Amino acid sequence: MALIQEIDYGTPQRIAETLVTLEIDGKPVTVPRGTSVMRAAVEAGISVPKLCATDNMQAFGSCRLCLVEIEGRRGTPASCTTLAEPGMKVRTQTPRIAKLRRGVMELYISDHPLDCLTCAANGDCELQDMAGAVGLREVRYGYDGANHLKAPKDESNPYFTFEASKCIVCSRCVRACEEVQGTFALTIEGRGFASKVASGPTNFLESECVSCGACVQACPTATLMDKTVIAQGQPEHSVVTTCAYCGVGCSFKAEMQGSEVVRMMPYKDGKANHGHSCVKGRFAWGYTTHKDRILKPMIRAKITDPWREVSWEEAINHAASEFKRIQAKYGRDSIGGITSSRCTNEETFLVQKMIRAGFGNNNVDTCARVCHSPTGYGLKTTFGTSAGTQDFDSVDAADVIMVIGANPTDAHPVFASHMKQRLREGARLIVVDPRRIDLVKSPHVKADYHLPLKPGTNVAIINALAHVVVTEGLVNEPYVRERCDMQAFEQWRKFVAEERNSPEAVEASTGVPAADVRGAARLYATGGNGAIYYGLGVTEHSQGSTMVMGMANLAMATGNLGKNGVGVNPLRGQNNVQGSCDMGSFPHEFPGYRHVSDDSTRKLFEDSWQVGLQNEPGLRISNMLDAACDGTFKGIYIQGEDILQSDPNTKHVTAGLAAMECVVVQDLFLNETASYAHVFFPGSSFLEKDGTFTNAERRLSRVRKAIAPMAGMADWEITQALSNALGYPMNYTHPSEIMDEIARLTPTFTGVSFDKIDQLGSIQWPCNAKAPEGTPVMHVGGFVRGKGRFMITEFIPTDERTTGRFPLILTTGRILTQYNVGAQTARTQNNVWHPEDILEIHALDAENRGIREGDRVSLVSRAGETTLHAHISERMQPGVVYTTFHHGFTGANVVTTEFEDWATGCPEYKVTAVQVSLARKMSEWQEQYLETRKQTTQIQHGQILTGAAGD
Amino acid sequence: MVHRANQIALYFAVYPHDEAVAGVLDHLKKFWERRMRDQIVNYVAHGGQGLHELALEAVKRLQ
Repeated sequence: MALIQEIDYGTPQRIAETLVTLEIDGKPVTVPRGTSVMRAAVEAGISVPKLCATDNMQAFGSCRLCLVEIEGRRGTPASCTTLAEPGMKVRTQTPRIAKLRRGVMELYISDHPLDCLTCAANGDCELQDMAGAVGLREVRYGYDGANHLKAPKDESNPYFTFEASKCIVCSRCVRACEEVQGTFALTIEGRGFASKVASGPTNFLESECVSCGACVQACPTATLMDKTVIAQGQPEHSVVTTCAYCGVGCSFKAEMQGSEVVRMMPYKDGKANHGHSCVKGRFAWGYTTHKDRILKPMIRAKITDPWREVSWEEAINHAASEFKRIQAKYGRDSIGGITSSRCTNEETFLVQKMIRAGFGNNNVDTCARVCHSPTGYGLKTTFGTSAGTQDFDSVDAADVIMVIGANPTDAHPVFASHMKQRLREGARLIVVDPRRIDLVKSPHVKADYHLPLKPGTNVAIINALAHVVVTEGLVNEPYVRERCDMQAFEQWRKFVAEERNSPEAVEASTGVPAADVRGAARLYATGGNGAIYYGLGVTEHSQGSTMVMGMANLAMATGNLGKNGVGVNPLRGQNNVQGSCDMGSFPHEFPGYRHVSDDSTRKLFEDSWQVGLQNEPGLRISNMLDAACDGTFKGIYIQGEDILQSDPNTKHVTAGLAAMECVVVQDLFLNETASYAHVFFPGSSFLEKDGTFTNAERRLSRVRKAIAPMAGMADWEITQALSNALGYPMNYTHPSEIMDEIARLTPTFTGVSFDKIDQLGSIQWPCNAKAPEGTPVMHVGGFVRGKGRFMITEFIPTDERTTGRFPLILTTGRILTQYNVGAQTARTQNNVWHPEDILEIHALDAENRGIREGDRVSLVSRAGETTLHAHISERMQPGVVYTTFHHGFTGANVVTTEFEDWATGCPEYKVTAVQVSLARKMSEWQEQYLETRKQTTQIQHGQILTGAAGD
Repeated sequence: MVHRANQIALYFAVYPHDEAVAGVLDHLKKFWERRMRDQIVNYVAHGGQGLHELALEAVKRLQ
């Protein structure tokens, strides 16, 4: 295994139908029109010295190192800014050029510290490499004159340093921040000799910088440098793997020294991220070796007992015997399990298989229940398959982008950067969100329409948009006639055309001016390729599934499906939400979204698994908890989920878990759910896994093991051992065999294998005989279900209503630097930015309550109460407050209710009626929480009792 | 349980009656576990108070 060094072509790839052939150093080379001479040279195997050029940003032409001579032309043009032309004859190495380059390098080095041997970039320094390439042997100018060698060092960012004395002002960092990331946090301040990179008035930490790492990656010297590289030195080998955070599924090179990670570098060949990253994937991986990791299996009789470390064999046999005892006493259906969107496809497949075949029931559910289950229902009903329609690159061809209930710059930052590139190129933008999210207005991006609807009125808005399309003659009639079920369409057309669905009629309930709705609808319907991107602001409502179908209706009516640049695109919350759903994690479906009552599908699995399978749907998570409270559900196996922190109405989750006789938690840490567990299996981080993740664009990417499982067993091996102990035999020797089984049993995966993913880099399902290399865009030429099906989407207001007692609406979500329940990010230095959950509140609501910035406030709903600090925010509209659920002590879900999506049971996190008031002390729940954590997380290490891990 | 069933009924209520009842029934069969179906069947057997008429009709067909 070696360190992977990707080729830097100097300037971006151009795509053009016309090719040009030129000659470089006597070698003919053919490239698309628009390609730079520099890139053409690299493609011909000729390296041209460069410093300011790199292939993920436009040519800049400032460093003067890449000069070339072109026959018939005067001077020595920069090869990065000179385009290849037919018949051009280029020379990259001549005595004249060599002299010029040495002169330029001499000037750079005359103001650069000569500490190469002790420099952190030693071994990975482009400046050093270029000095070698141009044959620099002496620097005639001493350090006596003015220089920058004593420029201050900025170490404020927790992950990287900015050492100004080493800066050559090539502007790569500034351009990376602008062109790649789209934040515009950096600039070149001053002119001439005084010019320098500036991150704002003070330092990086206090600047607009989002710590995506693009500038660090772009820096050709040691100016911007990972602190881990400074501490550890250069890596010696790399393992290409997939990020464990959001549903973008970025490819990374885990750069290693032996079994230690030195840094995570985004992989240029990654088709989801194209070499870009965000603060989480790039830097927040320290949790993988955090001291809180539990590395030994543990058991206990009661949750108030200290945990007792035991062997793997004892822990697994104990769990299996408990599950068998419970089933013997309470019946086959008295136990179940939960799969995780943070685990691989192979691990998830195995858990649902063990439950269906080993437990003998269908009581399996997954965390997608509480996020994107309405996506599955809505898109399957209308289009025929439970997945997004496009690949991420499709956004490059979008003319109108409609973002609904999503905050991509925080939750899907790498895709947000991609989207912003397209917006800067001129695509139009519609944002439908109660909050003024960053996309509404940020540097060089401004939404044409922001529809700041009241939470809970999504369906009214989508119907109003559709009303405009239908009543103003904007339906793509030929498309609908060719592609859709006309009876369902006519039914829908009649419904949405009713006056009660007009923008004017719903203005009072949605709070959105009718004229803006009309303008947005016209833009989406007539502005060219219209692409919808949406998030949990769509799904986590009592009408989540209805809204998904409403968006599908709108896209079908306008013909915005089945080609590049359009589509209905869910931005998945976690890295493997799509995969965990694909793998049969829902209680009513086998892998591939086939209902358990379908006899032929069930027979396929029964024949393969050599066991009879239930033909009835099992329990969803919330139903399992209900059944536990009713006394009919007594045991659960939870892999990689923390339902006590993430699921709604914490008191109900607590009651359900406390009513069970055997709770088995498999995780990295003693999470909140583990407080109520009797068996703990120590799980593995993504760096310790072999398998695949499937991202929001249905892309299967490999997760490759960089280090061995720290607790000794891989997650799939634990599930397999538990299944064997239960009496249902499994004997896989590698996760690739599990994927082979998935492919055998799932029509949309028949062409998938580890070998094929390795060969192609990644694969988007469906991948089968019809599409042997996968399917970037779905529903081309026809919908998966045959004819697209319009569904009627009556707006039904939620039963969660504001009152005099609870006059505000709470909506919850996440922020850039933290992730989900914080199990990972809260154990990293990302806490510098977000050490606790805060309540965002509009100034008017704050003033009415006497609340000032930073005050501790009580947040109370019909379900419960917590306290947190207030932040007065211009992003909020009056009457709406917002918080995150990243920290256990905050307990945001103590406040959320059990109202849920009518079709899928997805909780209504986005609408909770609350009151906010000043608080002097923590809530009663928080006091109990601290006491419970203290009592339930003690570990008996031999004779030594230690306190709660992670608190 | 009643609230859940009514929410399903409310979604389908906009469709013609027979189609709506069939929609509710199909949903209960596809997504509700046997315990839940038994509970609501039992609830309807005891009067089914508070259930939306479409839910009531669908549950009767579950029996």
